[in-house]
Amino acid sequence: MDEAQSAAVALSPSLAPNDKTSGPLLDARFRKRYAAQAQEFILEVAFQATPGFTILFGPSGAGKTTLLDCIAGLITPDAGRIAVGDRILFDAAQTIDLAVAKRRVGYVFQSLALFPHLTVEQNVQYGLAHLPPAGRAAQASAILQAFRIPHLARRYPREISGGESQRTALARTLVTDPAVLLLDEPLAALDAATKAKIVDDLRAWNEAHRIPILYVTHSHDEVFALGERVIVLDAGRISAQGTPHEVVAAPLQETVAQLIGFENIFDAVVEAVHPERGTMMCRITSGAAGHADSLLLETPLVRGGAGSELRVGIRAGDILLATSPPLGLSARNVIPGRITSLEQRDVIVSARVKCRVEMEVHLTLAARDALQLSPGQEVWLVIKTHSCHLMQKSG
Amino acid sequence: MTMAIDWQAFWLTLQLAVTVSAILLVLGLPIAYWIAFSRRRWKFLVEAVVALPIVLPPTVLGFYVLVALGPRSPLGRWWIALTGHTLAFTFGGLVIGSILYSLPFAVQPFAASFAGVDRKLIAASATLGASPLRSFFSITIPLSIPGLITGTALSFAHTMGEFGVVLMVGGNIPGVTRTVSIDIFDRVQASDYAAANETALLLLAFSFAVLAIVYGINCRAWIIGPAKQT
Repeated sequence: MDEAQSAAVALSPSLAPNDKTSGPLLDARFRKRYAAQAQEFILEVAFQATPGFTILFGPSGAGKTTLLDCIAGLITPDAGRIAVGDRILFDAAQTIDLAVAKRRVGYVFQSLALFPHLTVEQNVQYGLAHLPPAGRAAQASAILQAFRIPHLARRYPREISGGESQRTALARTLVTDPAVLLLDEPLAALDAATKAKIVDDLRAWNEAHRIPILYVTHSHDEVFALGERVIVLDAGRISAQGTPHEVVAAPLQETVAQLIGFENIFDAVVEAVHPERGTMMCRITSGAAGHADSLLLETPLVRGGAGSELRVGIRAGDILLATSPPLGLSARNVIPGRITSLEQRDVIVSARVKCRVEMEVHLTLAARDALQLSPGQEVWLVIKTHSCHLMQKSG
Repeated sequence: MTMAIDWQAFWLTLQLAVTVSAILLVLGLPIAYWIAFSRRRWKFLVEAVVALPIVLPPTVLGFYVLVALGPRSPLGRWWIALTGHTLAFTFGGLVIGSILYSLPFAVQPFAASFAGVDRKLIAASATLGASPLRSFFSITIPLSIPGLITGTALSFAHTMGEFGVVLMVGGNIPGVTRTVSIDIFDRVQASDYAAANETALLLLAFSFAVLAIVYGINCRAWIIGPAKQT
């Protein structure tokens, strides 16, 4: 308790310099090995999270929840160190393993885990047991106000909506004044409007408190909407980190590319390098019957000479589609092909075009109607050099 | 027709059942908690020992309890040195025998309901600063009330109707160890079927009433209690 209190003083915003990025840093590097069902899984990460949102992004099974559980103390890592500022939560070398209850790590689970037998107010007061009843009530009522749910105080979790439950879960955790906040897809089940409102309230809260927030998501929209920083986790390891644009704009790993949503990913071999133009020619090898039959793409220049193998990723939305051979274009790749299928998905149309390889192209409904597209039709695909993203070929 | 029902035996049985189920409620909680949450490899051994009274003939259990309470066992000698008399053929001895006999009927429903509590709720409680003890009393216990009621009701009803262990450990001393079931047995031995029937009917009606009340409450508790997470 003493430790927690002294830490609270050290971390209190009023004592910190008035710089927005200052504040306690979450510094974590640890390793956890699982050998369940003859399959080994190793989570091995090293990262720092500054105050503000850090997005933890990755496919399911990448170890995102395990990572959060290790920081919260629900899982004990095999090795490593986890600290917030100069407060050590876990250090295998020093055999420090602070109890979950003493870590001051706020954790909102994906399932929210509201206590079903307690009212919203009782849920929110649960983490304030160390305060006298009057203080508890005052703090709970303040946070319920901040999250716009004071009218729900006497309701039970089963009597409130999904969005209200998320707000209750956030309020319950934030009222304890955590030093770090872990959010495991807490907004996954919400519609965009509700989500945006809750995120605004969360941002407002964090403006005042400035603590590191690890936000797990596998929605790529949320990465851009929230992220000051993003950590991409893949099969237990950090495969990329930086600002969302850094991570997305220069994907090195194919897994990152798939996460970010390259609908078209092909194996390719560098055919020729043109350093003077900053480009190179890549021959697509996937799906091709023979050398003569394969597709050549002009792509940006990357390290590695002619003959090196890599992968090319192209977003379906980055490909233009023309119904006659286009002339006078700046784009370097114009590829004839034939539409094999057209499928409407919400407000976009996904066209599959056979042009030696099969490419997915996204169009608006209006574009489909204006061009009067139909399966079997001959079309030309237009792809800018810089729409071709090059990736390491993963082993 | 004589006054057939031995109210003294009935009263004694009720006392025994209340005492045993109350003690089992307290004693069963830590055992059930350990069974529900321990990750020890040899947990199954403890589970097997707890479940043993379900399959063991009551006379076997009663016999060993009698031996353990008797003056030749260390436990029996210790008790005699402490109090000056043996536990065998006393109400206290009956309570001990009955606790062992009804243990699985309390512990198994307790453990099942503890294990049924969403672990995320307990984890959430810990991240909110609650000690394991507080989590147990504030989260696990309230969400396990149906199981606690069931376990207590079963151990109560089971003790009400117990025969073999009582006979072995307590004998048949009116007002001390003579329970309803032994009374019924005595009447049958004496070919007094009418009286046996009357007492048996009373036991049957009482047991049914207790169980019906308890399950009635339980049914309500179940509805008020854990809500489905949607």
